[in-house]
Amino acid sequence: MFELENAKTTQGLRRIAIDPVSRVEGHGKVTLLLDEQNRIHQVRLHIVEFRGFEVLIKGRPYWEVPVTVERLCGICPVSHHLAACKAMDVIVGAKQLTPTAEKLRRLMHYGQLVQSNAVHFYHLASPDLLLGFDSEATQRNIVGVAMQYPDIAKQGILLRKYGQEVIQHVSGKRIHGTGAIPGGVNKALTAEARDELKKNLPQLIEWAQGGVALMQRFHEENPAFYNSFGLFESNMMGMVRADGALDIYHGDLRVKDAKGQPIFDRFNYETYAQVLREEVKPWSYMKFPYIAELGPEKGWYKVGPLARLQTCDFIPSPLAEAARKTMLAIGNGQPVHSTLSYHWARIIEVLHGLEVIQELLDDPDILGKDLTVKGERQEEGIGVIEAPRGVLIHHYKVNEDDQVTMCNLIVSTTHNNQAMNTAIRSVAMQHLDRRVISEGLLNHIECAIRAYDPCLSCATHALGKMPLQVELLDAEGTRLSILSRNSNGEFHTSEMYA
Amino acid sequence: MENTFIIDGMPIPFEPGQNVLQAALAAGIFIPHLCFYPGLKPNGNCKLCTVIINGRHVSACTTLANSGIEVANNTPELNNKRRLMLQMLFVSGNHFCPGCEKSGNCQLQALAYDLEMMTPHFNHFFPKRTIDASHPEAFLDMNRCITCGLCVQASGEVDKKNIFALSGRGMASHVVINTPSGKLGDSDFAMSDKAARVCPVGAILPKRRGYAIPIGERRYDELPISSQTEFLTTRET
Repeated sequence: MFELENAKTTQGLRRIAIDPVSRVEGHGKVTLLLDEQNRIHQVRLHIVEFRGFEVLIKGRPYWEVPVTVERLCGICPVSHHLAACKAMDVIVGAKQLTPTAEKLRRLMHYGQLVQSNAVHFYHLASPDLLLGFDSEATQRNIVGVAMQYPDIAKQGILLRKYGQEVIQHVSGKRIHGTGAIPGGVNKALTAEARDELKKNLPQLIEWAQGGVALMQRFHEENPAFYNSFGLFESNMMGMVRADGALDIYHGDLRVKDAKGQPIFDRFNYETYAQVLREEVKPWSYMKFPYIAELGPEKGWYKVGPLARLQTCDFIPSPLAEAARKTMLAIGNGQPVHSTLSYHWARIIEVLHGLEVIQELLDDPDILGKDLTVKGERQEEGIGVIEAPRGVLIHHYKVNEDDQVTMCNLIVSTTHNNQAMNTAIRSVAMQHLDRRVISEGLLNHIECAIRAYDPCLSCATHALGKMPLQVELLDAEGTRLSILSRNSNGEFHTSEMYA
Repeated sequence: MENTFIIDGMPIPFEPGQNVLQAALAAGIFIPHLCFYPGLKPNGNCKLCTVIINGRHVSACTTLANSGIEVANNTPELNNKRRLMLQMLFVSGNHFCPGCEKSGNCQLQALAYDLEMMTPHFNHFFPKRTIDASHPEAFLDMNRCITCGLCVQASGEVDKKNIFALSGRGMASHVVINTPSGKLGDSDFAMSDKAARVCPVGAILPKRRGYAIPIGERRYDELPISSQTEFLTTRET
């Protein structure tokens, strides 16, 4: 049992809800239970939206899946598109893509890393970082940033725009394109498109370096706050290539413990079902994954930028690797676990994404015309990728009529479920316990969630497995009864009033 | 003048035996339509090509061109009615363009864009329809079927196989497969059949090809359907 997950008793406790949590993708809420002295007894991040992709995809032809599942998300559709396509590569027997196809997919994916991380860093997180966690709520947004820091706001908007242009050139659209198909890609990149994309890269790299310097300055100016806010230690999981370098498109998964020691130096992601388990809790639609052999209490972990930059041995691009070393130095030889370091890691990844894009655009293979391969048809495929928010797992089974019969998705935000809950409990004890609660203090809770850049829409893709609760209210809003379904599918009714 | 008639004030030549829709398309005049296909007998199913001739609403595909007739076609009144019919077609099936591989090549979608259909307007029916994946080369998704009848005609008139048929009446009207099991996989359907190429929507699609044509290169990406009368006249690319 995790501390502050369940109050010993709810009697006499006051409930505060942050509903909805703002400046995150999707819909979630936080509830706090406090006593008369404002002591915190319970803190939970609830995911209250509900989707059904794992069920609605059943029966559909496998080639349709990469285009259908990317509709899970409008921020990082490329991740779902590519993870599904990697699984479908296995289905069509495409063991090794052509160099051009793989590089075009990487180009699209790194373009997405830039746009998604930029939209989070500049549009969603920078209002807290630049204006203050408890600054005036009506100004604490991208418009407020644009008023006070117009250059930074403009750079953020243009960095995002560039990432989307990269995606558009490969997939046909900025959002929800069709570039990757089972066994390869459907379109070659033209020389004009490549030259267009190369044009502004030096300027964009300079802006990303500015973003990295900004985060470094925040940490250096206020180390006590930045290094302790929402601090907790946990295991970390990320994807690495054969030489241990960070690779967000393909590689093995590595898990390190809180001290940076390997739990799994690497495991083939196709064995994820043996390594990972998911726990269901009755108060959230989002599952809680953990490493099976460590159990739910010790086996949970975090994913995403901060985990990736510490599970890998190095970033394979010079500017970003130098920035990574600077960031890791604040740990004095120990892993960095402070929640706000996620922002620092995220902007370092923007820099890395731009460096990789530059390298890919300079590679002659990127203009190749050999786009698809096929092989012996398989019945089952697993595709894993590092989405901007962390490890994303797609798993499908396909019957001999080419229809999907099974779909399992474990998305990045789901991996971070326990980490986000632990972060907000840490912040609640640090900043809210025994204090008069104000909007600014409540925003501290949201800041802790925001650091993970959660995509709650993606994380609530399941249907039929989640516990459900239906409340019957009278005209005054008084709760009369609750109908609950637990994770085993059993129904219970609780009458509140006779 | 002999062998000409008027559409929206413009003289249109025709060859004897041509219907109003054929003559209009040949002259570069677009009349919205779904169930007309060159080489197949016009059946007036979809009613999208409804025009007004001498005060009467008639289907352009089933009305022979005649010297001297005056046809009202591209008018706000008729286009409003056509948009309404499209909206009814969209809500009575399950048309999810975002995931449909026919998107960009779909005549129903192209007409909706061309006639500026901004919303479905009516409540969706969300009908329960069947999927038939039993054939090794073709995938049938009846969620997208608009019962235009083109596959029925092509299979009967051209392929001489009579694999498809319309069953039921009115709202219950639907396409069935003429095999004891009702499955396409038990028929002698082939992707080289005419019936495999006439579906205006994504109900009959070849397997394992999905999304091979990139966005920007699909039939209706460059030009709206109303500017593609030459293609619609012959259906030859």
